[in-house]
Amino acid sequence: MGGGENMGQLAQPCRRQKMQQDHLDVDPLFIRFLRTFKEVLKFVLFSYTVLFEPAADPGQLRSRARYRDTLSESLTMAGAGGGNSDVQWCFSQVKGAIDDDVAEADIISTVEFNHSGELLATGDKGGRVVIFQQEPESKNQPQCRGEYNVYSTFQSHEPEFDYLKSLEIEEKINKIRWLPQKNAAQFLLSTNDKTIKLWKISERDKRPEGYNLKEEDGRYRDLNTVTTLRVPVFRPMDLMVEASPRRVFSNAHTYHINSISVNSDCETYLSADDLRINLWNLEINDRSFNIVDIKPTNMEELTEVITAAEFHPNQCNTFVYSSSKGTIRLCDMRASALCDQHAKQFEEPEDPNNRSFFSEIISSISDVKFSHSGRYMMTRDYLSVKIWDLNMESRPVETYQVHEYLRSKLCSLYENDCIFDKFECCWNGNDSVVMTGSYNNFFRMFDRGYRQDVTLEASRENSKPRSVLKPRKVSTGGKRKKDEISVDSLDFNKKILHTAWHPLDNIIAVATTNNLYIFQEKLN
Amino acid sequence: MISTMECAADAQSLISISLMKIHNSRTQRGGIKLHKNLLVSYVLRNARQVYIKEKYAEIYRMQQYEEVMTVCNEIQELNPLDLDAEDAEDEEQAAAHARTSSAIFGCSPLDDGSKEPDPCYYRSCCMEPSPVPHCDQFTANSSSSSSSSHCNKTTVLDLDTHVVTTVENGYLHQDCCCCDALQCGQGARSPARKRKVEFSCCVSDVEDVSDFTAARKRAKREDCCYSNIDYTDTSNISNLISIFGSGFSGLLSRQADLEQICSKQVLASLGAWTRAIVAF
Repeated sequence: MGGGENMGQLAQPCRRQKMQQDHLDVDPLFIRFLRTFKEVLKFVLFSYTVLFEPAADPGQLRSRARYRDTLSESLTMAGAGGGNSDVQWCFSQVKGAIDDDVAEADIISTVEFNHSGELLATGDKGGRVVIFQQEPESKNQPQCRGEYNVYSTFQSHEPEFDYLKSLEIEEKINKIRWLPQKNAAQFLLSTNDKTIKLWKISERDKRPEGYNLKEEDGRYRDLNTVTTLRVPVFRPMDLMVEASPRRVFSNAHTYHINSISVNSDCETYLSADDLRINLWNLEINDRSFNIVDIKPTNMEELTEVITAAEFHPNQCNTFVYSSSKGTIRLCDMRASALCDQHAKQFEEPEDPNNRSFFSEIISSISDVKFSHSGRYMMTRDYLSVKIWDLNMESRPVETYQVHEYLRSKLCSLYENDCIFDKFECCWNGNDSVVMTGSYNNFFRMFDRGYRQDVTLEASRENSKPRSVLKPRKVSTGGKRKKDEISVDSLDFNKKILHTAWHPLDNIIAVATTNNLYIFQEKLN
Repeated sequence: MISTMECAADAQSLISISLMKIHNSRTQRGGIKLHKNLLVSYVLRNARQVYIKEKYAEIYRMQQYEEVMTVCNEIQELNPLDLDAEDAEDEEQAAAHARTSSAIFGCSPLDDGSKEPDPCYYRSCCMEPSPVPHCDQFTANSSSSSSSSHCNKTTVLDLDTHVVTTVENGYLHQDCCCCDALQCGQGARSPARKRKVEFSCCVSDVEDVSDFTAARKRAKREDCCYSNIDYTDTSNISNLISIFGSGFSGLLSRQADLEQICSKQVLASLGAWTRAIVAF
């Protein structure tokens, strides 16, 4: 910001040569009108190309994204929603093994688009990170946005053993967060239960050749054979994508890390475990500051744990954390070094009619996400999605029931442990639609503006290219209509916990147990 | 698929299911998950409250006061140590009730003797009416901790800070001298003071799993006076129940009706179904 780097993206104002006045028989006023009209037309065309032309480099894309946001209101982009009846979703791709026998290590545990949407990262239970890159849109098929193909795969975390506590530390990747891009390389943070790592993903398409002391295969040359000296030159090579760990942030968490969040200042990030939140500097890996600690002096008095935490997208001093009791606390780091005192507490009183054995479990918040604007935040508990206005602490502004039909099944869900599933939620690019997952490989979208919702299914049966997804319905009453599925036939082993929405386009990535589905908006 | 499974929504089965979950979580890969176990403990608390209320109502309705009293007495006769414990305590009425009655599992540490580490019979699950009177006795008790013939001590190791905390008669007593023992390379074990419980999944290897575990389960001192206790068949499961039973005090509400349920009659009858849990 403020560095003037945007200026290069705009058309360079050039000194216009004063045109030779042609001697025409036309009215000079008319000529002036034509010239003005030409300028206006140029501006309109310029705006159009800036918005819709594919970017040559990511930096341009990012600045264009900012420009696009400000113009989106006035230009009323069509199809910006996702849940209204106008938008149809069609299948694009599916990644992963086809067979039903799921290897434990292949279970996807996190999905995240980067800030431009060009890259899509997934983490799995085996500690691996797979990054997909969107192909540039081809001229042949302008209707179809680019496909995502594997860009890089690397082993981020390995299983470890804590000898002091005789504990095995799982290598499962709990969260991946991308850093905003600053140069040619991409950076992401990935974390397991105890350790956070900063990875640099860079491309290499040239290599130096012509060393004087070494052969091409690396062997050292006999110095007697060196008769002339030459300067090594870079020669093109096949594109190679390298991932290297740049920082390892470890030994700061006693409990299991559940969230990481990069600050808008791009210098710091927070990591949250069950009882504490730490603030790190991306450059410094041997020190972190504890900013929230809810551990009681006597563990006997423990009543709640931290379940998720996130920085505000615009204000670098503000973050929120959710608890297992269904409360969200907003903290301001300017107030004090230790943010145990919250600035705001968001809590909705429990409905006494719905009290059951499992009230505490289903009120536990599994995910919290700020909207892109920073005005709202969304929380996901077991049965519902709630949208909170940061200015109102007493209750959410919107509540959407994801699968209310499960309320009568809570006991069975408790027995088979499904009640402990942690569903995530996400916003679309302009905060008009929210999405979250459910069982039977269903996922739900709620359009906030049109007050509509839709249930879609990610399955191999609907996997024909560009086939439109049909809305699904779960029958709750006695009579089951055709094409509806009854609650008892839902497969609770097929759950969608992780979903991600492209920051700019209507492209979504939905993770079933071991497959990643990519759906796109149907474009005419 | 849930369709064919008949959900056991009654409190009794929920309690046993919850205990099974906690039991299984010990051997899970990646260590004990604090969040999940906290939620399970909430279910356990809710189920127990409902169960107690149901039982109390049932007993009250029966109006077979004397009959139940005789049953109670019979149970007491089987357990000689009960009387010993009772003698050692000269606290108020509620505490006495707690000692002599049988129960499912213990509750908060404020409940004197609820953590009675006696596997062969049952604990009181009642709450102390108010913690205030006990505070007065704190200083008195803490000084006589080792001299008390009635050992009510359990040790909690906080793996976070490596501080060993001894809870006596419901009061916290920081035991920093144990830190040295820890640093002698014994890791997270409370050295030589745990009593091996007859579980298939040993308590010992669970002790050093996480400090959450340590807080939840009590390492029992071997020099306790009750080392001469005979184990009965129900000891295994009762241990499991009791081990959890010293759960989170913060979870337990101080409801007046629970206080009134501290009656022998109610709690005596609870023994019957705990035997059913032996199955798992």
